[in-house]
Amino acid sequence: MIEETRVLLRHAEDPKMATLAGYESYGGYEVLKKALKEIEPEWIVNELEDSGLRGRGGAGFSMGKKVSFLPHTDDAKYLCCNADESEPGAFKDRELMQRNPHQLIEGIIISSFAAGIGHAFIFIRGEYDDQADILDRAVEEAYEAGYLGTNILGSGFSLELVVHRGAGAYICGEETALLDALEGKRGNPRLKPPFPAVQGLYGGPTLINNVETLSNVSHIVANGADWFKSFGTEQSPGTKVVSVSGCVKRPGNYEVELGVSLRDLIYGLAGGPLEGHEITAFYPGGSSSPVLTPAEMDLPYSFEAMADAGSMLGSGSIIVADDSVSIPRMALRTAHFYRHESCGKCTPCREGTNWTEKMLERVCTGEATPMDLDIISSVQDNIMGHCLCVLGDAMAMPVSSMVNKFRDEFEETIAEEASKAWSGSLDGLTESPGRDEPGGEEPGPGGVSPEHVRRQRLAGRGVPAGEDV
Amino acid sequence: MTPVMPSDFDPRNAEPEDFISPGLPVDEANTTGRLPIGDPEQIPDPAEVEVPEDLREQIQQVVDKYPDKDHKGSPKSAAIPVLWIVQRRYGWCTPAGIVQAACVMQVTPAYLESVASFYDLLRTSPQGEHQVLVCTNLACWMRGGDQLLDSFCEKTGADREAAGHGGSLSEDGNILVSGFECLGACDLAPMASVDERYFGPLENGDASTIVDQLEAGEEVLPEKALEKRGLAGGVAESTDPRVTEGKGPNR
Repeated sequence: MIEETRVLLRHAEDPKMATLAGYESYGGYEVLKKALKEIEPEWIVNELEDSGLRGRGGAGFSMGKKVSFLPHTDDAKYLCCNADESEPGAFKDRELMQRNPHQLIEGIIISSFAAGIGHAFIFIRGEYDDQADILDRAVEEAYEAGYLGTNILGSGFSLELVVHRGAGAYICGEETALLDALEGKRGNPRLKPPFPAVQGLYGGPTLINNVETLSNVSHIVANGADWFKSFGTEQSPGTKVVSVSGCVKRPGNYEVELGVSLRDLIYGLAGGPLEGHEITAFYPGGSSSPVLTPAEMDLPYSFEAMADAGSMLGSGSIIVADDSVSIPRMALRTAHFYRHESCGKCTPCREGTNWTEKMLERVCTGEATPMDLDIISSVQDNIMGHCLCVLGDAMAMPVSSMVNKFRDEFEETIAEEASKAWSGSLDGLTESPGRDEPGGEEPGPGGVSPEHVRRQRLAGRGVPAGEDV
Repeated sequence: MTPVMPSDFDPRNAEPEDFISPGLPVDEANTTGRLPIGDPEQIPDPAEVEVPEDLREQIQQVVDKYPDKDHKGSPKSAAIPVLWIVQRRYGWCTPAGIVQAACVMQVTPAYLESVASFYDLLRTSPQGEHQVLVCTNLACWMRGGDQLLDSFCEKTGADREAAGHGGSLSEDGNILVSGFECLGACDLAPMASVDERYFGPLENGDASTIVDQLEAGEEVLPEKALEKRGLAGGVAESTDPRVTEGKGPNR
């Protein structure tokens, strides 16, 4: 039986950890005090780079490299902590902020000190109202204790930290859209380059990192890069808080060393599939990652192994589907989400997500032909890499992986739903009004309107004959 | 009826109310129904707009938190927090509230409306006293999120079709029921956010309990609140020496 390796979540079950006094009683802010007095900023940057800490938000880019990209000038520099965790399946940052907000704040202060940053923001999604309140209180406590503000602990280093609440838009998790939202605009992504490290918030150099990445910083500075590298694999060092959800017995956040097997995570920690069911597919890195099948269950959970398997580790969120879940409807749900969240700036994403959802609706109502599946695949190919940001790709990757890996199931669904529609029209022994004829919304066979029939089929509930609406 | 632009419509001579239908189509979902202040839209004149003193102070306080307050032009960073303040005060982003906020921030009301209409949580139409957001994204959908939304609609009399597309008010207009994209609590699936607090995992019957409790002004399902939950792996003391002998925080 696998055990968790809790570094970030250690003692997190203790409610007093969320307060300054509690955090300090577990050794909190000692690293900050030491860093401000004795450690050179360059040493911290080098140590972060040596540690190989990879961004925990999705892209997996080296955090130390990002810090070293910031120009060494006296220009105003900014740090944005990305707490806009909106990826379906991800809920690790919520847990980290709720249980241990000061660990994040200490990481932000140390990173800002290392990079010479004077203004920091935590961009938290608007839905996390409870967690934002906790952060507000924690930031206030840190100001009172002198860990934030001007001339922190007499070191001459100053930092302002603002908790900024978003208002519900997945796109704001994309780093440049997040900057737009922070500047008070609609969250639209920007053209890259210039990258935010060169030209970001208010045109100044900006470091953007995920909550979990920044939470790791004080541990690395305290224990050194070699200690950090002793966890995980060579290319994916450290521990990772993994969110497991969907059709498993014990969904939740589990902190493990990177490189443990998926089987240990899904069957060991999360308890495996629900009674009487079998796993058919799972997203290994949030809803944007191509799905994997049970055949790939014994792979190690690391950035490189997931990439080799044609998927990605992403934000470290596993969503498990079992045999009660229809894969075409899961694809439709995925496409629906990205269609809703597309900001509409780039045509391939705006139109691609829209038409993919419509085509998948046709699949799920039996109106499609197998040829439509090829069209869906080709639409996905034409979205990937053609937009300012990766929101379109984030739909294209999982949808095309599902169509490729589960093509039989898609074809079966089409055939099954088409035959249901046929038998449905015989039930009432009257002719069903066609889609384009007037009266299409009038009750059809058995007193059920065609629109209602369509909705029920999309929901995967079939159509009880003669249902009264 | 399809709205048709009158052939003799001249925007230069038109009165403000001419900009509203029947001549022009109005997207009800994305407009506050406010008449524009001049053409082009003007920044409200502080001498003409009455802003409650406490609201002005609250907004000014937020604006001052952002470094762009010293930048040239109008500082806009506070737009989202300011709209939150308006929404908390008036219940939703009302046309009058937006004009007041625009007056303090010295931006056009149209600018703030453009921001408000982009974000799902900022409402440009009345949203009732209580908000119930039911997650219908992947993990919750697999565990019965759609059926949970059905139950909420059935209990409150909200329109199911509209609830799945941006939200629908209950029959008495007090409760907004809305299907929502992932709320970041897949471990609680199926779950709902009730007045900005998370509850789950919910059974279909819980919908009726929650609505009754909201109407009676009672605390909602305290035993299913997120903050009552422990870590999924329970209390686990690590025996790994690298962890127990670590010199960082969480010792």
